[in-house]
Amino acid sequence: MTMPFGYVSPEQLMKDRADYARKGIARGRSVVVLAYDDGILFVAENLSRALHKISEIYDRIAFAAVGKYNEFENLRIAGVRLADLRGYSYDRRDVTGRQLANAYAQTLGTIFTQESKPYEVEIVVAEVGETAEQDQIYRLTYDGSVADEHGFVAMGGQADQITTALEERWRAGLTLTDALALAVELLGRDPVSGDQRSLTASQLEVAVLERARPRRKFRRLSANAMSRLLGQGEGNGEDDGDGEPAGQRPDERDISPPTSLAGGSHEPPGPAPNDTGS
Amino acid sequence: MAPDQAGTGRLPAAFLTPGSSSFAEFLGDHSPELLPGRRTPPATALTTEAPHGTTIVALTFPGGVVMAGDRRATMGNYIAQRDIEKVFHADDFSCVGIAGAAGLAIEMVRLFQVELEHYEKIEGITLSLEGKANRLAMMIRGNLGMAMQGLAVVPLFAGYDEEETDPAGQGRIYSYDVTGGRYEEHKFHSVGSGSLFARGALKKLWREDFSQDDAVLCAVQSIYDAADEDSATGGPDLARKLYPVVAVVTQDGYRRLSDDEVGQFIQVVIDARMQHPGGPPAPLR
Repeated sequence: MTMPFGYVSPEQLMKDRADYARKGIARGRSVVVLAYDDGILFVAENLSRALHKISEIYDRIAFAAVGKYNEFENLRIAGVRLADLRGYSYDRRDVTGRQLANAYAQTLGTIFTQESKPYEVEIVVAEVGETAEQDQIYRLTYDGSVADEHGFVAMGGQADQITTALEERWRAGLTLTDALALAVELLGRDPVSGDQRSLTASQLEVAVLERARPRRKFRRLSANAMSRLLGQGEGNGEDDGDGEPAGQRPDERDISPPTSLAGGSHEPPGPAPNDTGS
Repeated sequence: MAPDQAGTGRLPAAFLTPGSSSFAEFLGDHSPELLPGRRTPPATALTTEAPHGTTIVALTFPGGVVMAGDRRATMGNYIAQRDIEKVFHADDFSCVGIAGAAGLAIEMVRLFQVELEHYEKIEGITLSLEGKANRLAMMIRGNLGMAMQGLAVVPLFAGYDEEETDPAGQGRIYSYDVTGGRYEEHKFHSVGSGSLFARGALKKLWREDFSQDDAVLCAVQSIYDAADEDSATGGPDLARKLYPVVAVVTQDGYRRLSDDEVGQFIQVVIDARMQHPGGPPAPLR
């Protein structure tokens, strides 16, 4: 077995890189993304209120990530820039989750093969559609692979256990309350011992892409809204949690829709078009 | 063009480079041709060839601010458009109205909207109201070359100050000059060709204890007075049901009044002017 000094076969090189990235990702706490009847729910175990794992990218598109913060933050900002530039030079409707997932896939793929170290991240790009059938959830891994997921994704340390559980328990048309309760229960289960921790609102970062919301569909759930939903979830779990109280953060508030000229799709009711003909 | 490449290939390096939270600065580095201020000004003045927007008024009331604009754009002595909208949502707690060269102004407002939203998404918090006003000033400063060729953009910016606890100071108004000078206005202000007449009306009608409805009525009255005296300002077009655009910003956020709502205020104004064509008589003493 004599080999030139420093030679590593391509197979071994890729495997080493993949192992390295996987290890980094598995160290972090998990994120769950799942579709519910009126949108897409993102739940992360995250003690920080300032360093987000879940963020808004554009009107219908959100981003969730696990792994190394500086690396996925870099990708998130690039995504916001891409979406805003595209929306500004074309139209807001021309920004799609698919484009963004493609750009991320190319970027992660190039970094994986060409840079000295792969990104230790796994991300989800989700776009809420007009109907539940049009919802799109893309999962992107450290090597640039893209998977078009249906219904749910789990990433991070407990990803395998959570995915297995979701395969059994997720179904289309869950209410927000039920979906949140399910995600929180699965995130709180220890992957090795199976012990159940009960996660409180302060340990969680939760956001939704709400189908019915005008223009910008992304909204973070404030700690109050979360506690309320979780409390109901443990009870009879019938209410789907409409009418959240306004939070202090801008993305936690309920806001009125802007006019179409301002880039929104909603115009306050005006006269019928034939009334304005000259 | 850059967005096309980005849609099919990997993200260009500029996207992944750590930089500021400003969309306009990112554009300046990456796609400067998309910035309104980076174009070569025309060799001759375009005062009558380009549509110009006219009168915008804004006034405060306890707990918020109202902004209204007429619906006319003129091209020299022609009416270029009778249903143009010149008052826009800037973000959830501010609005911007435009007078001057309409094409450039609308482009600037779009950039301003993206700028505010971009900052909010990158940083997770919104800019302060003054920060927003200053960003707008910078964009106008970049347009000075165009302004010298008759394509001036003169916006009026107003918003709800979330950090202010005194209701009387919560609605705030900023005006600008063509060089990007930014001035905070108190109580009320107006810009555009009919602004002098509108301001005269505002001066006589404004009260510090206005309700929101009073403030809207006052704004509509002042636009009516501007249209009464200035040929470039459009009055309410009853036949086509074209009324001024009225936006209100309070702690509940930005809201544009529907045409039906504005129509009711217009009806009040017109009914009263049947008796007093000059508007509500002010007491002499």
